[in-house]
Amino acid sequence: MSQIFKGRVIVAGNIKGEALVSRKGFNTLASFQKSIVTRAKVARCSDQDNKELYQKVITGKIMCLPQTIGSTTGGLVILTAAQMGIAPAAMLFSKPIDSLAAAGILMTDIWLNKKIITVDCLGDEFLQAVKSGQQVEITEDGEVRILEKGK
Amino acid sequence: MEETKMELTAEEKEILDGKKGETLRKVMETVVRFGEAFGARRLIPLTHAPHLVTSFGANTIKPYYAILDELIAAGLKTFDTFTVDPRPFDYENVPVNLVEKILFSFIFGQQKDYELQLKKLGLQNEEAFTCACYLPEVGNTPRRGDILAWSESSAVVFANSVIGARSNRNSAGIDIMCNIIGKAPEYGLLTDEGRQADWLIEIKTKKLPNAQILGSAIGLKVMEDVPYITGLSEFLGRELKPEAIDYLKDMGAASASNGAVGLYHVEGLTPEAKDFGRKLLKPNFKTYVIDDSELDRVYQSYPVLWKKLAQKPFLCFIGCPHLSLIQIEQWVNRLEEELQKRGLKKIPMPVVLCSAPGVIKKYQEKAPTGLKEKGIKLTSICPLMYMNNPLCARKPIVTNSNKLRTYSTARFFPDEEIIRVIFEGLN
Repeated sequence: MSQIFKGRVIVAGNIKGEALVSRKGFNTLASFQKSIVTRAKVARCSDQDNKELYQKVITGKIMCLPQTIGSTTGGLVILTAAQMGIAPAAMLFSKPIDSLAAAGILMTDIWLNKKIITVDCLGDEFLQAVKSGQQVEITEDGEVRILEKGK
Repeated sequence: MEETKMELTAEEKEILDGKKGETLRKVMETVVRFGEAFGARRLIPLTHAPHLVTSFGANTIKPYYAILDELIAAGLKTFDTFTVDPRPFDYENVPVNLVEKILFSFIFGQQKDYELQLKKLGLQNEEAFTCACYLPEVGNTPRRGDILAWSESSAVVFANSVIGARSNRNSAGIDIMCNIIGKAPEYGLLTDEGRQADWLIEIKTKKLPNAQILGSAIGLKVMEDVPYITGLSEFLGRELKPEAIDYLKDMGAASASNGAVGLYHVEGLTPEAKDFGRKLLKPNFKTYVIDDSELDRVYQSYPVLWKKLAQKPFLCFIGCPHLSLIQIEQWVNRLEEELQKRGLKKIPMPVVLCSAPGVIKKYQEKAPTGLKEKGIKLTSICPLMYMNNPLCARKPIVTNSNKLRTYSTARFFPDEEIIRVIFEGLN
């Protein structure tokens, strides 16, 4: 049975995909740094401090996270990852979106005309419920469904 | 964009309607949608010069250069001249071999063009490249209450906490857009409510904690929240003297990079804590007690990313964020004392001290002698940028910077241990 959560829409869209969950703050620069510098076709998390995500594929995933943390180049990193085609397909925040992620996601939308579908304020319960590998469906009104159990 | 909920002035509405050009409209849309995401009701004027985080002309960030080209083509500039983070390389003072030099030329292939873009957009001067723009020798020093749209995380946390100016932790990109329109959305750390503390941090250590590990512990615990720190002024005193300022600079940088701290208060020491004391704590604040064993736990939790743990270190970076003039003097003195104590003429590995161009110039006016011969180098680069490539990332580099540890393969040692590592290696 699916679990349903409702959040606030930052960038609207409909999508279904695989969840990638970071229960701690997602350090954008540390996570994408290696993949961007080496021009990887697929981004793997290079944040040594994030044991849940380290070396896992980020590209095309539905990132589920509390907020992003770390260097204030974070927004630019998201913009660059989006232009390189290695960004996540969507970002689901349990807390209100942070300034670094908001900057990157909005610049991607306004200046690149690319969308990283984004919903925030989904609550701590969402992040407790969702597991990496589960299928997640997002609709443009900010509804998020966790469709199946994790692997 | 859809109609905004923000209360905009007639001029701001005109810009948003595209009456002053499509590029400025996009700048305003970015700032307004950004503000909306944080519930800002209005834009407020910036009162002090910008400091931008993006200083490196990396080939990878092409979409950013395209945005800047668009801004320049539209004749836009920041409302005041700006400083910017450090340059990424310095072949004269930071060792690179031929292959690395070629790699740097490739990775940072846009450096010259990017600096030209920065000049057109309002760069202060050739010496404006540092992460510690607030140092007196650099001069981009706001006053208490100034409204800023800064982005370098260590500079933001310093300006907010130590100076009492007000800036959100702006991302690269948003920084320049706010500074082009000369306004920022009023939310978060720009408001009194946003500067209230979510956490009470009780320091219960036997001596002054290592600033870098303490900042890391706080950042990892509170993430983006505001901490109110007690028990520190017992060690640092109740006046913002140079040594306390340097300590807070380094602690703040670690809290901002290991977490996302944009403001901290230190009881009895930082300006707002002095004025308002524990009234700064929110009603339902959380508590985190830091004692010596907690600091040790945090230190021991850092992974070491070297392939061979017992490798002889290649070099040591000190100064991320950039060192103050006093810190340069202290490090040179410590290293020289150690040379003398050990009867050596040269340090066994290069020690690179990083600081702002203006600070280094001031230090060199004192005519220090024979630093290079002793193995001490002074540079204005960003060591993080130096290490961000596959070749330098493989080098066994040691540092006393928790920020550099977080974003690179550099191995962290506290000040008290790194002197031993510099002279004895890892045996």
